[in-house]
Amino acid sequence: MVKTHQFDAIIVGAGGAGLMAALYASKGGANVAVVSKLYPTRSHTGTAQGGIGAALGNLEEDNPLWHAYDTVKGGDYLADQNAAKVLAEEAIDAVIELEHMGLPFDRTPEGKISQRRFGGHTSNFGDKPVRRACHAADRTGHMILQTLYQQCIKHHVKFFDEYQVVDAIMNNGACAGVVAMQLGTGELTVFHGKATLFATGGWGKIWSVTSNAHSLTGDGAAVVYRRGVPMQDMEFFQFHPTGIYKLGILITEGVRGEGGVLINGKGERFMEKYAPRIKDLASRDVVSRAIYMEISSGNGAGKNKDYVYLDVTPKTVNRYFAEAGDERRITAEDVEKKLPDILEFCRVYLGVDPVKDPMPIQPTAHYAMGGIPTNVNAEAVLDEHWTVIPGLYAAGEVACVSCHGANRLGTNSLVDLVVFGRRGGKNIADYVKRADFVPLPPAPEREIEAELNRIRNGKGKTRPHELRSAMQKEMMQNVGVFREEKGLNGALEVVRELRERFSKDLTIDDKGSTFNTDLMEAWELGCLLDLAEATALAALKRTESRGAHSREDYKERDDANWMVHSLVTRHGSELSPSTAPALTINVNKKVDMSLAEVDPRFAPKVRTY
Amino acid sequence: MDVTFRIRRYNPDIPGKNKPYWQEFRLADVDPNDRVLELLHRIKWEQDGTLTLRRSCAHGVCGSDAMRINGVNKLACKVLMRDINGSKVQVEPILGLPVIKDLVVDMEPFFGHYREVMPFFVNDEPVPANGRERLQSPDDRAQYDDTTKCILCAACTTSCPSFWANGKYVGPAAIVQAHRFIFDTRDRAAKERLNVLAEPNGVWRCRTIFNCTPACPRGIEVTRAIGEVKLAIQRGTTTGIVDISTIHIKEPT
Repeated sequence: MVKTHQFDAIIVGAGGAGLMAALYASKGGANVAVVSKLYPTRSHTGTAQGGIGAALGNLEEDNPLWHAYDTVKGGDYLADQNAAKVLAEEAIDAVIELEHMGLPFDRTPEGKISQRRFGGHTSNFGDKPVRRACHAADRTGHMILQTLYQQCIKHHVKFFDEYQVVDAIMNNGACAGVVAMQLGTGELTVFHGKATLFATGGWGKIWSVTSNAHSLTGDGAAVVYRRGVPMQDMEFFQFHPTGIYKLGILITEGVRGEGGVLINGKGERFMEKYAPRIKDLASRDVVSRAIYMEISSGNGAGKNKDYVYLDVTPKTVNRYFAEAGDERRITAEDVEKKLPDILEFCRVYLGVDPVKDPMPIQPTAHYAMGGIPTNVNAEAVLDEHWTVIPGLYAAGEVACVSCHGANRLGTNSLVDLVVFGRRGGKNIADYVKRADFVPLPPAPEREIEAELNRIRNGKGKTRPHELRSAMQKEMMQNVGVFREEKGLNGALEVVRELRERFSKDLTIDDKGSTFNTDLMEAWELGCLLDLAEATALAALKRTESRGAHSREDYKERDDANWMVHSLVTRHGSELSPSTAPALTINVNKKVDMSLAEVDPRFAPKVRTY
Repeated sequence: MDVTFRIRRYNPDIPGKNKPYWQEFRLADVDPNDRVLELLHRIKWEQDGTLTLRRSCAHGVCGSDAMRINGVNKLACKVLMRDINGSKVQVEPILGLPVIKDLVVDMEPFFGHYREVMPFFVNDEPVPANGRERLQSPDDRAQYDDTTKCILCAACTTSCPSFWANGKYVGPAAIVQAHRFIFDTRDRAAKERLNVLAEPNGVWRCRTIFNCTPACPRGIEVTRAIGEVKLAIQRGTTTGIVDISTIHIKEPT
């Protein structure tokens, strides 16, 4: 009999959303376990740099309705407007609460939380950039992660660190918990809970150039997807415009917030052409496309003309400030003080000193707008009727509320974590008071145990690494910033062929039980392949261009037909089917337009910056 | 360029490999800009999948991949081949914590020490009546800025001979974490933390050997932070100890 733990609430993943949910479920009286494949402080929330958006109005007038408007517009009108409203309104209180938990925000001279400009954030419905991003140097995510982990320790939350969740236990359409493998021993453990919340982050490792950590392999999304939970809006994956050339490491938008500008290989500032009003601070999808267009029209820099520059040298920044009649001026010391980590990344990895020279950058796969569909209470939902899946919750990047729509605004990921993580935790605390445990099916670990043994003992010839790099290359090529039908069909075919090899011809070296990362990486690759397939399929189905999804064969946004979310469902119960599983895609789930119903400014219109 | 890795191996599952031993791997076509972490991945992915290490973000923020590289504690993702003299790289697990397998050590004793110093914000006074943030001046915020950068990678603690000699010593990282709260003017539990650190396994086991400061991948002045905590214990106060005029922005190493 496999070891079984019982808790009111199981939180899978220990980044910002998971820790916030754990903290609130715990404060609400629930008995909580946090199960995470990493030590909590290793979570990817810690790499978020620039800030967390909240209309505090500490430096100039601001309003949560303006924040909601920017979020809806930034999301190219695919965001559910009720969710965007919750996000913007509760951001204020959530940020104040983080400060009360001790988060060391930077301060204004009066001692208030300091705020900076960020892409797509404006005052008065798109008028001009507004200082909304609350920041702690350029390591805001690190401070949030640390603060939440500290508070969980203070409140005696129970952690199962380095336990990798490998299966979701579903019984009669309800979630009864998860199966996890303890990495240290290789032992499987069942976590039986009344409520299970997934907060496992994204799957940037589908692509070859990404800002994402090696651990961002979409495990949480994949395990529920294989058990019949749909994946919503998978075609929308954000490419952040400013990744370090080749490495993909992120350079925060905060650099542009402080005055940094994008410069092409000819030395020209080019964002004026694409976003005449707010230029370099336009939304991320707009800027990423602009960079690609500069490169494809021969204006790239370097030997292969395949990158552009981000220039934050005081000389350049002050010249453009002066040209624009902006009174601000910056010094090298300001840059050092406000962007210390960015400077270090560039010095370490590029040998470039950003206070003296511009940084070579290219767009990098960054953030999944799609994921497990949820309502604003973080409850997972099954279909266009918002049918709740009992016991199953999701929050953070793995969830699709959808407050980000077709393109997330900078800083809103951190807002999403704290706002919907908190809502998830509070709702779970209430739910476990009235709900019973869903009974465990007999031997819930059996199927995943067989699958892990299949991988461990595979007698094939293909090493996981070959499949992973082939997938990443194909996805970058054909399911990247620009897409068209032929390439998407090709990508689907390639991904399916790779998955067939994954299930028939795999081999790994490590057959042991102690800390077997060879086995875990191979299993994670299976998750990536499943999500890559869903992504390519959803991208093929959506015959329009919206937000981060740009079809070269359907260049226009099509509001008449596509104001809907996509839901990809996988059928069949095999964990690793040897032939392509049947997938269906449902495009009947209408976008929530509740703000537009009372305020015409929220109705879809042409998106310009 | 061609590079030779010499790696300290240990695998409790395999007879013959269940005692520590050295193994060499050769890599061709290495670029001076390749990170040691990437090269360890190449070994794992192309040559020997049993090679085991922790890693996640790969750019020096998550703190997973602290290891001894050519005898010095580093994050593998922050050492580039061009930083290494020659073409030989020796990699071992960090010292002073039990080895689980290859480069993976048991982090529990380390996190145990972390938890001993009350590493969380304490202030039970009512929050401001207007429902807004507690105020803090930029100067007060600057006092503990350096120690907020800690990512708990354990590079400092496992470079400390006092910790090697006595694993009960809380170690530099736990003191850095305590410093972050002790000198935060909003916090109210400095006294309790100073009491914990005044115990025999607290700050006084620090002999100012100064290994910890150069080991820190975040450029934290660890030895200075420990010194400030020692002063606060001696003087019985946290005010007037951190001189922010001497906090300088430094070139990270």
